Amino acid sequence: MDMRFTEAEEAFRAEARAWLEANVPHGLPSGDTREGFALHVEWEKKLFADRWSVVSWPEEYGGRGASLWEWLIFEEEYYRAGGPQRVTQNGIFLLAPTIFEFGTAEQKARFLPRMAAAEDLWCQGWSEPDAGSDLAGIKSRASRDEAAGGWIINGQKTWTTRGAFCNWVFGLFRTDPDAARHAGMTYLMVPLDAPGVTVRGVERLDGDEGFAEVFFDDVFVADDLVLGGINNGWGVAMATTSSERGLTLRSPGRFCAAADRLIDLHRRLAAAGEHPERVAALREDVAQSWMEAEAYRLATLADVTGLVEGVGQGARSSLTKIFWSELDVRLNETALRLLGPGAELIEGSPAAVDDGAWMKAFEFSLSGPIYAGTNEIQRNVVAERVLGLPRK
Amino acid sequence: MRFAFTDEQLMFRDAVADLLANECPPEKVRWAWTDDEGRDPKLWAALAEMGVIGLTAPEAAGGLGMDEIDLLPILTEAGRAALPAPLLETTAVVIPLLAESAPAAMAEAWLPRLADGSAIATIALEGQRLVPDAHIADLLVAERDGSLFAVPADALRCTRQSSVDGARRLFTVDWDTADAECIVAGEAAAAAIALAFDRGAVAAAAELIGMAERMIAMTVEYVVARQQFGVPIGSFQAVKHHLADAELKVSFARPMVWNAAYALATGEPDRDRSVSMAKCFASDAAEVVARKALQCHGAIGYTTEHDLHFWLKRSWALAASWGDALWHRRRVAALLLD
Repeated sequence: MDMRFTEAEEAFRAEARAWLEANVPHGLPSGDTREGFALHVEWEKKLFADRWSVVSWPEEYGGRGASLWEWLIFEEEYYRAGGPQRVTQNGIFLLAPTIFEFGTAEQKARFLPRMAAAEDLWCQGWSEPDAGSDLAGIKSRASRDEAAGGWIINGQKTWTTRGAFCNWVFGLFRTDPDAARHAGMTYLMVPLDAPGVTVRGVERLDGDEGFAEVFFDDVFVADDLVLGGINNGWGVAMATTSSERGLTLRSPGRFCAAADRLIDLHRRLAAAGEHPERVAALREDVAQSWMEAEAYRLATLADVTGLVEGVGQGARSSLTKIFWSELDVRLNETALRLLGPGAELIEGSPAAVDDGAWMKAFEFSLSGPIYAGTNEIQRNVVAERVLGLPRK
Repeated sequence: MRFAFTDEQLMFRDAVADLLANECPPEKVRWAWTDDEGRDPKLWAALAEMGVIGLTAPEAAGGLGMDEIDLLPILTEAGRAALPAPLLETTAVVIPLLAESAPAAMAEAWLPRLADGSAIATIALEGQRLVPDAHIADLLVAERDGSLFAVPADALRCTRQSSVDGARRLFTVDWDTADAECIVAGEAAAAAIALAFDRGAVAAAAELIGMAERMIAMTVEYVVARQQFGVPIGSFQAVKHHLADAELKVSFARPMVWNAAYALATGEPDRDRSVSMAKCFASDAAEVVARKALQCHGAIGYTTEHDLHFWLKRSWALAASWGDALWHRRRVAALLLD
C-alpha cells in the first residue's frame, strides 16, 4: 500500500492546476439551457485547444495519453478549481469508450477528434416512453434498406439529456423484431439534422430545458453508423452503461469539491451567526457528508488500483452508482437544511445564498438515483450479480 | 499509488483464515459463551506459533516487526471468526505501545513473552470503564492522571461484568499506583495514549468489517436455501434490497479502514481524522448489516440456537467500543469545522 503519487503525476497535477486556475470560467449559466449550453461549448473548445478536454485519450485523437491515475488527478483539480459541468460528457465518457472498444478505424478517426474538440455534441438515446428501467423493451425500429446501404429508423426516444442542443444521438434500435428480447438490437449513431428527425425540448424539474424527446420518422442511417455489428447492440450498450454507472462519469473529484463547499458554507453561516442552533445541530450531518465523499474517493483509489492491475469492477460498479448518487442527494439536503427557510430561493434572488446554487444542485442530484439505471435496478444487480441471489 | 494489500499480506491472511476456520469454528465461540474462563490457551498458542500474536513486536523481541497495514487483514479474519481472544488488546495496542514508549528494561521483560504468546496483555485507557480479558491478562497497561502504567496481574482487583455478548469477558478493575510501574509520563504519555486509542479504534473497525462480511455471507447462504411460497426468499426484491444495502455499507467502510491503517503506519498528519472516519463508518456498517442479517433470517435468527447472534452481539459491542460512530463523527466535525 502506497498512497503517494509519483513525481511525474504530481508534476501533471501542478500543470493542470495552474492551467485551470488561469482559465476556469466562473458564473456560467446552466449548461442545460440554450444560452448556457453555447457558453459551455466555448469553454469545451478552450479545454480542447490546450489538450485538457480528453486527457486520457491517445494524442492522435486530441488527448494526452494520460494514465487512469492522471485522469483522476485531472478530475480532482478540475472540480477543485470550480470547473463547470461537462456538457460533452455523454460523448466523451459514454460513447467514446464504446467507440474505442467496438469502433472501426474509420469511425474512430471520424468521430473521436470532433468529439474531443466539441465540434460534435452527443446525446444518448436509450429510454423510450415504454422502456425505461426495462431497456430491452425498446420498440424503435431500424429496417433494412439494402439498396441504399443502410437503415430506415422509426420510433421515439425520450429523457434525452441536452437533446435539444446536441447534433448527434447514439442509442439502441430494434433491427430484428423476431429475435429474443436481448438479441435483435443494434447500436446506431444518428445525426440529429437528418431528414425525419424531430427534437422537442422538455423542461426538467429544475426548470431547464435539459431533457428532450427525439422522434424518428423514416430517418435514413448509413451502414457506417452502426457501432459494433448488426443485432449486437445489447452487448455494446452494456459496455457503455457500465461506464455510466462506474467511475468514468462520476469521478470523486466533483463530490469532494462539493463536500468542501459544504464545509465552507457551514463555516460562513457559523461565522455570520446565522440561526446558530440550526448550524450547531447540523455539524455531524455536515461531517457525515464530507466523510461520504472521502469514502467514495478512497473506494475509487481501490477500484483504480484493481483496474490498473487488470481486475475490472464488473457488477460492483452498481454499488458505486448507488453510493455516489445517494451521497450527492444527502449532501445537498444537508446544505438546504443549513440554509433553512431561505433554502427555497433560486438563481437571481438578491437574498439567495450562493445565488441559489444549493437548491439547483439539490434538484440536479435528485436525478442521480433515477438515471443510468434506477437505484432499485442497481440493488437488484448487486444482489444477483455481486452476492449471487437467484433472479427468480 | 497502490491502494491494495500485497500478495504476501494476503497470503498471510489466508493462512490465518485457514487456522481460524479449523481452530475457531462457531462451536468454539459457543464454547466460549458457556465456559467460565472462555479462553482457549491452545488457540492463543497456535496463533502465536504462526507469528500472529507477535506480529507487531520488534524482530529483536521475537516478533515479526510488522505494521498496522500488515495487521489489518488478520484482524478482519478475527472478526470474521468472532475470535474469543484479546488479539486487539495485546497485538494491536499493547505490544506497539511498549515497544515505542516503555523503558528498555520493561520492554525487554514483556515483549518477548507477549510475542511468543506466553503472556497476555490488556488495556484500560481513561474513559474506558470496561477492561476485556483482565481475568487471563498477565499485564494491564492503564492510563491514570495522564500517565501510562504497567500493572501486573496480581495487583488487579477485578469485578466481572456480563456483556450481552457471552463470549466477551469484561471487568471493571482497580489498582494502587504503588503496585504499578510507570511506562511513560508527561507529553510523551499524551502522544502514546492518543496513538494507543487510535490503534484500538482502527483494530475494532477492522474486526467489524470482518464481522459484517461474515453476517452477509451467512445471510446470503440462508436466503438462497430458505424457501417460501415455493421459491427461495432470496429471489424477493425486498430481501435483495436489504442485502444490497448491507453490501453497500461494508463496501464503502472497508476502504476507510484501509486508509486509517495506512495513516497509522506512515504517521500521516491527518491520522486522527482518518481513524475517526474509519471507526465511524465501520460501526455504522456493522450495525446496519446486523439488522439486515437478522431481518433476512427471520425468527431463526432471533434464537440463540442459531449462530448468527454471536456476530450480532459482538457487532453491537465493538461498534460501541473505542468510540462509537457518534463520538467519531463528532471528532471529525470538530477537525473539519472548528
